[in-house]
Amino acid sequence: MGIGRVWVFGELAEGKPTTTTLELIEGAKSLGASSVEVVLHGPEVDGALGVLGGTGVSKVYNVGDLGDALVGAPIAAAIAGQIESGNSPDSILFGATYDGRDVAARLSAKISKGVITNCIGLEAQGDTIVASHALFGGSQIAKSKFTGAGPWLFVVRAKTFSAPESLGEASVESQSISVPDLGATGAAMVINRHVEERSGPKLDEAPIVVSGGRGLGQSEHYAMIEELAKLLNGAPGASRAIVDAGWVPYAYQVGQTGKTVKPTVYIACGISGATQHMVGMKGSKNIIAINKDKDAPIFTICDLGIVGDVHKVLPALIDALKNR
Amino acid sequence: MNVAVCVKQIPDPAAPGSLDPTTKNLVRGGKLILDDSDAYGVEIALQLAESSGGGEVTLVSMAPNGETSGLRTALAMGASKAVLVSDGKLAGSDALGTARVLAEAIKRVSPDLVLAATESTDGYTGTTPVQVAELLGMPSVTFAKKIEVDGNSIKVERQTEAGYDEVSCPLPAVVTVTAGVVEPRYPSFKGIMAAKSKPVDQLDVAGLGLSDSQVGSTGAGQEVFEVQDAPQRDVGEIVEDDGEGYAKVVSFLENLKLI
Repeated sequence: MGIGRVWVFGELAEGKPTTTTLELIEGAKSLGASSVEVVLHGPEVDGALGVLGGTGVSKVYNVGDLGDALVGAPIAAAIAGQIESGNSPDSILFGATYDGRDVAARLSAKISKGVITNCIGLEAQGDTIVASHALFGGSQIAKSKFTGAGPWLFVVRAKTFSAPESLGEASVESQSISVPDLGATGAAMVINRHVEERSGPKLDEAPIVVSGGRGLGQSEHYAMIEELAKLLNGAPGASRAIVDAGWVPYAYQVGQTGKTVKPTVYIACGISGATQHMVGMKGSKNIIAINKDKDAPIFTICDLGIVGDVHKVLPALIDALKNR
Repeated sequence: MNVAVCVKQIPDPAAPGSLDPTTKNLVRGGKLILDDSDAYGVEIALQLAESSGGGEVTLVSMAPNGETSGLRTALAMGASKAVLVSDGKLAGSDALGTARVLAEAIKRVSPDLVLAATESTDGYTGTTPVQVAELLGMPSVTFAKKIEVDGNSIKVERQTEAGYDEVSCPLPAVVTVTAGVVEPRYPSFKGIMAAKSKPVDQLDVAGLGLSDSQVGSTGAGQEVFEVQDAPQRDVGEIVEDDGEGYAKVVSFLENLKLI
């Protein structure tokens, strides 16, 4: 029977499928699914159909505009409704996004099926999907699979698959699916949306990421990270230690409990390289580390290591770049 | 208001972890500590209980053995009591199995609000709290930066990709809290002494009314079947900064044509 039908929980931003969504579609195709179908929501689904058709998906399920409701409960209920009425996929892929995890978790409990999370690879082996996971800072890879009947739910980390470089347009079948009555579970409503202005590329899409850690000493010194990132047209990131300390928001965090990044160059400044952090950046094409402790684990995975004080190296580097 | 906080006792993350070669479960040897991620939820729960004019903070936790050392840390911070579900049958539980256990334990507390970390430090599936919410029939708000109580509902600032959303949610509800949003208090000496005599109610799987097939490795429906060493990265050039270290970085970036 092969891998069968694979659904993707897709998300739109400014009317277009997000990078994560495109990655998941590529992933579903790479599994050799008999059909790849995407579940979408929001007021802009119809406008995105052309691009989705261009990715080669065979169907789009439109849950419609959810208004101000948080999406976890309604999308999970809409998918569960399809499964109960006999229109069941064999597997569903979710991005490890704020909403993707909510939908996967709700759906898992609703249909009493487990969910395999933090996948950094999915491959078809016969009729089974094998998921890979990074353990202990990425020093080991565990492989897991479901032992029971599907639908199998997988939450996949960003950058596991590559989104296509360019997108064409093609028509695709679209079907509306409805949200059943949610009772109390659907009662969480957004009353205000705050957009924090951030210049430069997004953390998980930037070609260069400059991250700071506890070695910066104090929160004011994070400004050096932001300045360097800006000079390199990159994105600033952070280790968990300084997010926990409240220096920068959670959205900056690179690591196991944060974002996975795979930039062309990752510059780790004052980061020792705890397993928690390494798991999120080890896949970078090139790694530069600046740290005063020559025994720091970060130096075991870097392509260029500067054993030195970030408070000296970073200002000199910033000056040199400014003077070019 | 009464708040239940889901907490996890984990092996010290500073010590290297390992998997049991046969069962592929995490080895949970040695003393377990309170997951750092959970200290934020405990702190917020204590603040909410205090500011709402009283109420209890109850810890809810699960562990295959009767370990309580991590719970005592949170009790010393000021939580009133704990419910610990402990049973050898829980070994190998997946996130949904864990959620079934926690949901049943939370029902016995009937809190106004359930708090949890966005994800644990060791297993980091990040799905358990929302699975708990679904099993309890409650709404949920994940990735909270701030929680305010407003009568029978809460207002939550929820982290988003673009910034944050203000979310209004009626109680009871499940909220997950991101790390770093409050400063968890250090247990005082008095708190540590008091924690030793605070009640820890121990339950097992049968006592919760769950069947063996819903929890542990039998209930998991998924298995880790192989663990391999990841491909090693080759270590590149390591230089001591002599004042010219920055120039190495510049030429590295030049070679990649990034500057």
